[in-house]
Amino acid sequence: MSIQHAVLGLLQEGPRHGYDLKHLVDRYFAPDRPVAFAQIYATLARLESRGRVALDAVERAEGPDRRRYAITEDGRHELVRWLDEPLAPEPHLQAALFTKVVLAILSGRDVTAIVDSERHAHLARMRELTALRRSAPVPIGLLADYALFHLEADLRWLELTAARVDDLRTNLKLSTEDHP
Amino acid sequence: MTTYLAAAPTPVERAAPAPILVATDLKKRFGRTEALRGIDVTIGRGEIVAVMGPSGSGKSTLLHCLAGILRPDAGTVELEGRRIDTLGETERSKLRRSSFGFVFQFGQLVPELTALENVALPLLLDGVSRSDAEARAADWFPSLGIEGLEHRRPGDMSGGQSQRVAVARALVTGPTVVFADEPTGSLDSLAGEQVMELLSAAVASSETTVVVVTHEARVAAYAHREIVVRDGRISGVVAA
Repeated sequence: MSIQHAVLGLLQEGPRHGYDLKHLVDRYFAPDRPVAFAQIYATLARLESRGRVALDAVERAEGPDRRRYAITEDGRHELVRWLDEPLAPEPHLQAALFTKVVLAILSGRDVTAIVDSERHAHLARMRELTALRRSAPVPIGLLADYALFHLEADLRWLELTAARVDDLRTNLKLSTEDHP
Repeated sequence: MTTYLAAAPTPVERAAPAPILVATDLKKRFGRTEALRGIDVTIGRGEIVAVMGPSGSGKSTLLHCLAGILRPDAGTVELEGRRIDTLGETERSKLRRSSFGFVFQFGQLVPELTALENVALPLLLDGVSRSDAEARAADWFPSLGIEGLEHRRPGDMSGGQSQRVAVARALVTGPTVVFADEPTGSLDSLAGEQVMELLSAAVASSETTVVVVTHEARVAAYAHREIVVRDGRISGVVAA
């Protein structure tokens, strides 16, 4: 998640306090992993130093001052730029899984055994997510969907890799010889 | 023994259900191809089991043997303790109509009949009167989200709607087991998800068993557990 852009997006409707922003960010963007207040305040400070948000008001009630922030024109431009620009299409590569499979291929281990145990673990998680999605509030349901598609993609990659393992083994060995 | 473990339920908040469909050492050959090389499977009442595996692994052959569509060359299939692999074609055909429901990748609805007539068809074949059959068929439309489509013909429905009609047709006789072979294979993600949500909700209340062949993990995630077939054998041996 880009917290800066999440915060800018939430300020579009009007000025807000850091306290409110923290709860809105949690609800809409991080329902599974709440962000720390400190992270929100640090983000606001960074956005302020770049001129993307500005202090709108300081309320002095009991307790600490409550600082309210508003999005600036620069902030709006930045938000629009970010929304319009496609993200770098980096695969959500699970580094550990990838390393495991390459090592298995290189060492001549049975890749289908890895596929089977990963599938079992993946499906167990996917069952939980499928059940969760039925009862969860919309943001969590959307996250569950997102996770389901990515877990499925992992499995498809694993299946394909297992199916091509003989070719891969030959080629991987060749490439280590070519580039010692 | 290890192959039997592969089919054992995963420990997911479900007590082991009573076995309803039990296959032992199933073998099936097509010419020189050994499609099934000794498969043991035990499926419990009310379970949803996904059968997965690469193309050509034997998963559809397994489904067809369990459903009495094919006769295995060796091994046994028991439904509620009764051998079904030894039955003749007429008896198996009767059994398929009375105890099983089927959903295939392409709905295989009769194009000349309306949705309601398609759903009522298995009841009519069982000798139920037309008015009773259509009344019972109509009961399924609201719960499958196809209310109002009763008088449409398959050509006038979307793929997802047709597939939900096919699900209704599979369930209308109150089958013991529903066999589904790639039921979402011809649908987009949203329509596929709706079919699986409705199918799993529909069987949950009636303790109907579902055996679903699929290569899609998101579909398999609706099942309580998965069986993986590879080269005609159960693979994916993961000790619980």
